[in-house]
Amino acid sequence: MSDKHDASGVTTTGHVWDDDLGDFTNQPPKWWMLGLTASAIWCVVYCLFYPSIPVSNAHGFFKGIGGWTAINEMEADKSVVDEVRGKYEAKLKDMTPAAILADSELTEYVTRSGKVLFGDNCAACHGTNGVGTVDKQGLFAPILRDDDWLYGGKIDDIHTSIVGGRQGVMTPHKGVLSDQQIDDVAQYVKAMSEEGKDKADADSTVAAGKKVFMESDCTACHGADAKGMQAMGSANLTDKVWRFDGSLEGIKRTVAYGVNAGPDARIAVMPSFKAAGKLSDAEIKKLAVYVYKFGGGQADVPVTK
Amino acid sequence: MNDESESKEMGAVTTIYHEFESWHANLGEKTIHAKRMPGFFRTVKNYTQLALWLPFFLGPYLRWNGKQAILFDIQNRQFHFFSLTVLPQDIWMLSLVLLMAAMTLFAVTSVASRVWCGYFCFQTAWTDWFTWLEDKIEGNPAARRKLDDAPLSLDKIKKKGLKHALWMALALLTGISFSVWFVDAYTYWDNLIHLNLPKVGWVVLTMFFFGTYILAGFLREQACFWLCPYARIQGVMSDAQTILPAYDVKRGEPRGKLRKGGGAAAPQGDCIDCFQCVQVCPTGVDIREGQQLGCITCGLCLDACDAVMDKIGKPRGLIRYASLDEFSGKQARKIYQHPRTLVYVGIILVALSGIVYGLTHLGAMTLRVIPDRQPLFVTMSDGSIQNKYEFKVVNKTDKDIHVKVSAEGGVSGQVIIGAEEPPITHHGRGTSFTIFVKAPGANVTQEITPIEFRVEGIEDPTVSAEYNSKFNGPKHE
Repeated sequence: MSDKHDASGVTTTGHVWDDDLGDFTNQPPKWWMLGLTASAIWCVVYCLFYPSIPVSNAHGFFKGIGGWTAINEMEADKSVVDEVRGKYEAKLKDMTPAAILADSELTEYVTRSGKVLFGDNCAACHGTNGVGTVDKQGLFAPILRDDDWLYGGKIDDIHTSIVGGRQGVMTPHKGVLSDQQIDDVAQYVKAMSEEGKDKADADSTVAAGKKVFMESDCTACHGADAKGMQAMGSANLTDKVWRFDGSLEGIKRTVAYGVNAGPDARIAVMPSFKAAGKLSDAEIKKLAVYVYKFGGGQADVPVTK
Repeated sequence: MNDESESKEMGAVTTIYHEFESWHANLGEKTIHAKRMPGFFRTVKNYTQLALWLPFFLGPYLRWNGKQAILFDIQNRQFHFFSLTVLPQDIWMLSLVLLMAAMTLFAVTSVASRVWCGYFCFQTAWTDWFTWLEDKIEGNPAARRKLDDAPLSLDKIKKKGLKHALWMALALLTGISFSVWFVDAYTYWDNLIHLNLPKVGWVVLTMFFFGTYILAGFLREQACFWLCPYARIQGVMSDAQTILPAYDVKRGEPRGKLRKGGGAAAPQGDCIDCFQCVQVCPTGVDIREGQQLGCITCGLCLDACDAVMDKIGKPRGLIRYASLDEFSGKQARKIYQHPRTLVYVGIILVALSGIVYGLTHLGAMTLRVIPDRQPLFVTMSDGSIQNKYEFKVVNKTDKDIHVKVSAEGGVSGQVIIGAEEPPITHHGRGTSFTIFVKAPGANVTQEITPIEFRVEGIEDPTVSAEYNSKFNGPKHE
């Protein structure tokens, strides 16, 4: 290529590469310079607007003239969520749990938003999703997913349990009954669960246990039909669900030491969530509906097909 | 030997520079005022442009069953096409549509060069309409150049003002027409007239208004030269077999002015160097310099050259649609001897059959069933085993449907609980509800029992969907 260039009058930087390559000292294009200047101004404005200088002084640190904080932004975002929830929450406030249950939209809202409440307040004892927790003595807190309820599975019963808490009672029978009698009655109780009451009654191998059951104080709480009484929270002994432990040893232990009655007794205590003051009335109602919808809730009027 | 190859290599590189010295790159310093000339390709172009873009303006006002016939409802994530509703679940077909569009572009380009650019492209079409308005208001190219150079006067302001006003009106209409493909057209107009559009609506309208006004009014062929990637992609899609508007060098050269009396000093080709082909070119290229990036193959130079040839009594076709093979005297091959095109057509057919399959197998309903995983099952007081399932039903029809839930397989004696009253599924979106299945404990003999759930419309059982799931039970040692 020739060493002449046709742009006469434009000076080069004076550097020469490869014998004849020079570099014009032309200005960059105007749009490019405008862009550069605008970017510089943008940087300055940005630094002034936002808290950008991480050096503290007597008044704290430079907070930026825009007053932006991450907390404010988070609160603003949260208010969007609260707005969506707000219309449901406002309705929930003045409704009974049964009325919430009757409203499919609200029930849907509660079953979706109740998970966190349940996880924070209930799952410690009842387990995640209400599957129950087991310690070395047996089931520590009841499974909430089945249809066996000590204090009733209707929506108002569940609500009452959460509001007031529950405390099981069973007197210890060690000393009242002989070891043999305890063993007999435990066999009978186990048979009632496994075979059903009618079969167990007819089963001669557990007749001794039946005699103990009918003649001692068992029927006072569990009833002559052994189905328990929801008013006092005594367990239904004829079904397949066990409150503590369904093994023979476990049943013997419960009979011997009772519930909430001394050092070796089984513990069955649920605190009052109303008295604890941690949950609002609306939250308790939500939890009642949430637990009801686990699958064991019992309708006030039986569903007819 | 060594020197020779070196100089050859040098030569190859330096020719680029030599060419560059003589080559005029259109950087848009001068507005191109193309002459409008009637002719075959002019007519074709008028029709093809309208055929593609008139529906763009009018399509959204078409109604079907009381709703917009074709609506890309982004807000509600559905695509309405007459009585068909496509939800995001079926969006895989969009990729096939795009594939088909790309392959059609390739196939057409490999056969007949940049047909899209010359006859269909929105940049070509809008520029054509904008310059048509310009031509009607300011006059022919010579008058336009004169007006551009003239000092400011009332007449100039009037003409220029009218032109820009019409351009802006067309640009605005373009923006509106684009927008109403995505929201209900009549609602949009109502909101627009009451200045009540949502923010995103204003942003889109403003962008399209300025985009159209600037691209078609000012950038014009510069967009094809320096902005458009397809210009370059299509450039490499054509080969020696592709027919494209080309100048017959053998016949035309050496070019020279037509002399009265025919007393030529030297033998002369048919090209009389009248520059009509350059003057009518919307991108301002000189086709006689050969195939080039700027040529959008619109054929307007063919019209111009044919008109001139008619006048001077020479045969038409000095500039004509021809392949490079034809000019170099090779036997022109048939289309089926062009394997590349056949590959494109093959891909088009595959994509097309995929779309047809998709559209005919859309199904009016989809079902997903998610078994509860904690706990897997619950033992009930009567010893039966209960499983909990989350049903997710997408109802693609245009009305809410109550569904019946049933199951096949599973455990004998099982009962489905939770669907005694048929659950409602909302149209156009997903609905979820909970279903329990309870089975007698004695019948649950294995840890996992396969079960197939089915939902079907109460009124129309053909609207249905199935899903395979499982029923969990306790371990059996």
